[in-house]
Amino acid sequence: MGVFDPIIELSRGLGETLRSFWREPTVTVQYPEEKRTVRPRFRGRHVLKRYENGLEKCIGCSLCAAACPADAIFVEASENTDEARFSPGERYASTYEINMLRCIYCGFCEDACPTEAIVLGDNYELSFTDRRQAIYDKDMLLEPVPMAEMLTPRKVEPGLFTRSVPQMKDPRD
Amino acid sequence: MDWILWIEWIVKGFVLCMLLLAGFAYLTLYERRALARIQVRVGPNRAGPQGVLQPIADAVKLIFKEELTPAKAYKAIFLMAPILTVVPSLIIAAVIPLGSSFTLFGRVIHLYVADINVGVLYLTSIASIAVYGIVLAGWSSNNKYAMLGGLRSSAQMISYELSLGLCFVIAILLGDSMNLNEIVAAQKDMWFAVVQPAGALAFLIVTLAEVNRAPFDMPEAEQELTAGYHAEYSGMKFALFFMAEYQKMIVISMIAATLFFGGYREFWFLQDTIFSVDRYWFLGPIYLFLKVVVLLFFMIWVRATWPRIRYDRLMAFGWKVLLPLTLFLAFITAVGILLQQQYPLMVSLWIFNIPVYIAIIPFLSAAIALVAVALIYRELRRKSHGRI
Repeated sequence: MGVFDPIIELSRGLGETLRSFWREPTVTVQYPEEKRTVRPRFRGRHVLKRYENGLEKCIGCSLCAAACPADAIFVEASENTDEARFSPGERYASTYEINMLRCIYCGFCEDACPTEAIVLGDNYELSFTDRRQAIYDKDMLLEPVPMAEMLTPRKVEPGLFTRSVPQMKDPRD
Repeated sequence: MDWILWIEWIVKGFVLCMLLLAGFAYLTLYERRALARIQVRVGPNRAGPQGVLQPIADAVKLIFKEELTPAKAYKAIFLMAPILTVVPSLIIAAVIPLGSSFTLFGRVIHLYVADINVGVLYLTSIASIAVYGIVLAGWSSNNKYAMLGGLRSSAQMISYELSLGLCFVIAILLGDSMNLNEIVAAQKDMWFAVVQPAGALAFLIVTLAEVNRAPFDMPEAEQELTAGYHAEYSGMKFALFFMAEYQKMIVISMIAATLFFGGYREFWFLQDTIFSVDRYWFLGPIYLFLKVVVLLFFMIWVRATWPRIRYDRLMAFGWKVLLPLTLFLAFITAVGILLQQQYPLMVSLWIFNIPVYIAIIPFLSAAIALVAVALIYRELRRKSHGRI
């Protein structure tokens, strides 16, 4: 410690800020043009998944709606037939609505789902201009299909899709 | 009185006001970008290329904002205070020479609005008026935070004005005139910042306090006073305070450049080259602009670096350090000049003829400034958590 310490300390501060003046790159992400990739377990907007053959995974069991702490999910189930089949098994979700203003993105629906139909995706850019728009219906939530013949409902061979919940291995992690 | 002279004055006054208003708008952008760079950010770059339209966007936003007047405010004074703050910050620039002169339609146009033979006194008096706006704004808001901000600001500005006046005295002594044109002309061979570096530095410190900038931005300390004297102001009335603060920054930088950094003149060692103001008149405003930009960067840099100092330390620093220091500096300057006049002693060194007593001034001043630093240090050591 010396007499000139006040001057030295003040100048060191100035030097530090001047050094950071030239520092590249900046911490700023130019948002709409460049986006950060989300984390693997990020919980964003929900997606209703399909099997590889295009059938919907959701069987309309309403377990997600029961698990939802915010009461954001509304499910109404109807009967599947082999002439117009949406999902394997007896029933499918004829109405599936999530109110995105109520949803807290906790992921309980994902955990409750017996068929892994509902998954919280990586889309975080949700915006609405009125309350009606915040209710996402089944058409908005369903995953798109790669080919037109994989669309649901579709006519299938009778007796092929009888099991609603697929046989799955116990989860590891 | 010749009527063309009136037109000339009106045009010059109008142009100067417009320059300051545009300068204010772009100083906000400059400050935001520079601060952002120092904090390793980018800053506003969306409105227009590199954010050049950002000030316009800000202005539009402020114009369309709702203006609130508190129910218990003193309406007339509440309305008058922003105007009282802005007007001095605009008219103070009238005496500052922006350049030499040029000939237009056979008339010699000087690049200053007014040539007052006591220009420095004009500066000090107008600078003192600015405090009224702030105090009245704080008082008429009928809000205790605003009131405290106004009080702090009045105490601070009055305290630091003494040191400011003494810094002016140094420049007056060195320039042997109160006319700013003559002060600039006297710096043709040597800037006063070289003759009196401690005085220039003290002036820069005092101006930070005079324009309420960090680290002396007590009147608007967000953490304690929400926003200080303009806590109750919104919309365009707030914009006027904002405008006044930034215009004062520009103007005080212009004054600092004029008094200590050669004004509109080039570096003294460039005076016989093609970069001289005597050769091309338009270089004058350019040099002044560059000096102002550098001085403004210093202000922004200081704001980005140093924390706000405590209020009692601010007052102690003003009264116990800066006032005696500037008094000593003025004394040394006066004695040096007087001795040189009485006993003209010159020493030839290489190609320079150096007046001995004048040459002693910077070294003696620097020594005195270091003594001041040492005294602050001792005081801080003695009562490590007490007051300085």
